[in-house]
Amino acid sequence: MIANYGFKDGSGDWYVVIDTDKCNGCGKCQEVCPPRILEVGPDEIDIFREGSVASVKHEERKKVRYSCAPCRPGYGEQPPPCVGACEPKAISHSDGWKRLYGHK
Amino acid sequence: MIVAGIDVGGKNIHIVVKKDGQILGKTTGSTGIKKEEVVGQLYDEVLKKAGLARKDVERVVATGSAAKRVAFANGAIPDVAADAKGVIKLIPSARTVIDVGAEEGRSIKVSPEGKVLDFAINEKCAAGTGTFVEAMSRALEVSVDEMSKISLQSTQTLSINAQCAVFGESEVVSLIHQKTPKRDIARAVMNAIAGRIASVARIVGLEKDVVMVGGMAKNAGFIDSLKKNIEMDVLVPADPDYMGALGAAEAAIAGVYTD
Amino acid sequence: MAEVKTQEFWRWPETNWVNPDIDWKNGKLITAGVDVGSVSTQAVIMVDGELYAYGNTRTGSDSPNSARKGMGFALEKSDIKIDNIDYCIGTGYGRVNVPMAQQSITEISCHARGANFMYGPEVRTVMDMGGQDCKAINVDGRGKVLNFIMNDKCAAGTGRGMEVFADLIRVPVWEIGPRSFQISKQPPVISSTCVVFAKSEVVGLLESGMPENEIMAAYCSAMAHRIMELLNRLGVKEKFVITGGIAKNEGVVKRLEKELGIKTAERVWYKKEYIDRKYPFDTQLAGGIGAALFGQALLKMGNAKSARKA
Repeated sequence: MIANYGFKDGSGDWYVVIDTDKCNGCGKCQEVCPPRILEVGPDEIDIFREGSVASVKHEERKKVRYSCAPCRPGYGEQPPPCVGACEPKAISHSDGWKRLYGHK
Repeated sequence: MIVAGIDVGGKNIHIVVKKDGQILGKTTGSTGIKKEEVVGQLYDEVLKKAGLARKDVERVVATGSAAKRVAFANGAIPDVAADAKGVIKLIPSARTVIDVGAEEGRSIKVSPEGKVLDFAINEKCAAGTGTFVEAMSRALEVSVDEMSKISLQSTQTLSINAQCAVFGESEVVSLIHQKTPKRDIARAVMNAIAGRIASVARIVGLEKDVVMVGGMAKNAGFIDSLKKNIEMDVLVPADPDYMGALGAAEAAIAGVYTD
Repeated sequence: MAEVKTQEFWRWPETNWVNPDIDWKNGKLITAGVDVGSVSTQAVIMVDGELYAYGNTRTGSDSPNSARKGMGFALEKSDIKIDNIDYCIGTGYGRVNVPMAQQSITEISCHARGANFMYGPEVRTVMDMGGQDCKAINVDGRGKVLNFIMNDKCAAGTGRGMEVFADLIRVPVWEIGPRSFQISKQPPVISSTCVVFAKSEVVGLLESGMPENEIMAAYCSAMAHRIMELLNRLGVKEKFVITGGIAKNEGVVKRLEKELGIKTAERVWYKKEYIDRKYPFDTQLAGGIGAALFGQALLKMGNAKSARKA
């Protein structure tokens, strides 16, 4: 399952995208996320799935634009820490940050 | 040489008339719907007060979201360039300029010469603009000035979870129903928008001196929240909402603008 | 037929209904789903996986009381009591505060399953617009979520966006759809996404003398466009269905279909008996139905214990 956590408003698409088919619940993304917006726990969407998956904390979903901005998703020299730490490549970002801020 | 800088924002127009180092006149008014007419009227008014006529002004440079509506301008410059030029003139130590108006917020990294090195914009969403503060003040049934004052007297911290002016209004209404003191709600509103603006500012980096301009700079409660959020001092020039127009006037003097 | 209880001017009417063809006392598993949304609350009771009763009410300022009110309204025309219910699941914005629920499940899962029940196993994309959010879900034939996207941060493209507009032009929400088609020419679309800025645009249009119906057309087109942008990120597949209050707004639905080039499924029950017996089809029930079905599944699988007291 592809989970898009975040929002869309007049300024763009601001989503942290987690592919739960790839996510193995290892929790590395949660550890390295500077604003600590990620958590790992039972899959709350597929309630019959066993094992843990990563997700964005509920109270953080409306603020991902601001929380993720310092990590420069899509336009920094390095990928954001969560993307770098994820071996199965389960986590990524939408293009809002690249479109609006990556104009250098 | 006499020049004029005209900043046509979504909500307000600001005009500055300058001769060399001196400001001969300045004025502000609501942009309204018939923008060209209003700009013309305000321009003629400020010139009349300064004892001038249109022909006395050698160059007119426009800026702002509706800069195109200044039909008689010689040229225009982008808002971020106007802000940078205007602020550096008044505060040479400025390195970060944060401009929040009624409809847009922006953060600009400036060089000592007043050039724009980088910028980030908060646009098309009322939650990062003066409109948010206005909407919340309506829900609180106080003026924006009153809301700013009482926010400084807040004794308890709460947060507004909504990141939208429309949903924020409902949240404020619920808080009022729960008998939350208005001063604490006011403070929460200031903290909420200061947080969003600080986040956008961090994208370009917060290097001192941090200067706040635009309509929001006149809101002392907001400035206080911003300072606490970024843990840095924030300088506010006199007439902070005129910075765009001032910068446009400086561009006129320097002859640096696009036709 | 469902009875209309109260009618507030700018809001959809409150309704409730009991299935005349089911005697709950003969049922083996009675489960309930309470969907407490930010604007409306639906309580649904199912007996052995069949729709038995529902109440559709306006959410108040307090989630627990809204849940009680919705449930009370659902039980009103039957002699069934809360104590007779085996398992109740809360969903929606206020799901953790549903006093009579044994568990809560997100509305994404519940809408997916509910849409599968209401519209059938051919459903592949579900779009739900509630009072304060908009979500799009791709599902498989059993109503399992394959991917989803949600927005509950921004009022644009939510029920609130339409309500703000209705309040501004002082026209009941349910009239906007039909009137938006009674126009002689297509107006330009409202350019602002943000509801607050769109309001100023609308004020400008009103002052310029644009006919009201044209303004409604402009606004509905803008909203349809926002939804399309959200949906395109997900990828829409047929059978495409819309749940939630917005499904009742033809002004937005028809324009969305046109933008996507895909028609939404007809708003009728998948189960033929329900159609034949003329059971009311309320698109706002999807969340509550899905929740009640999850309750049944959990009990059947032994993952949950019956909470029935009588």
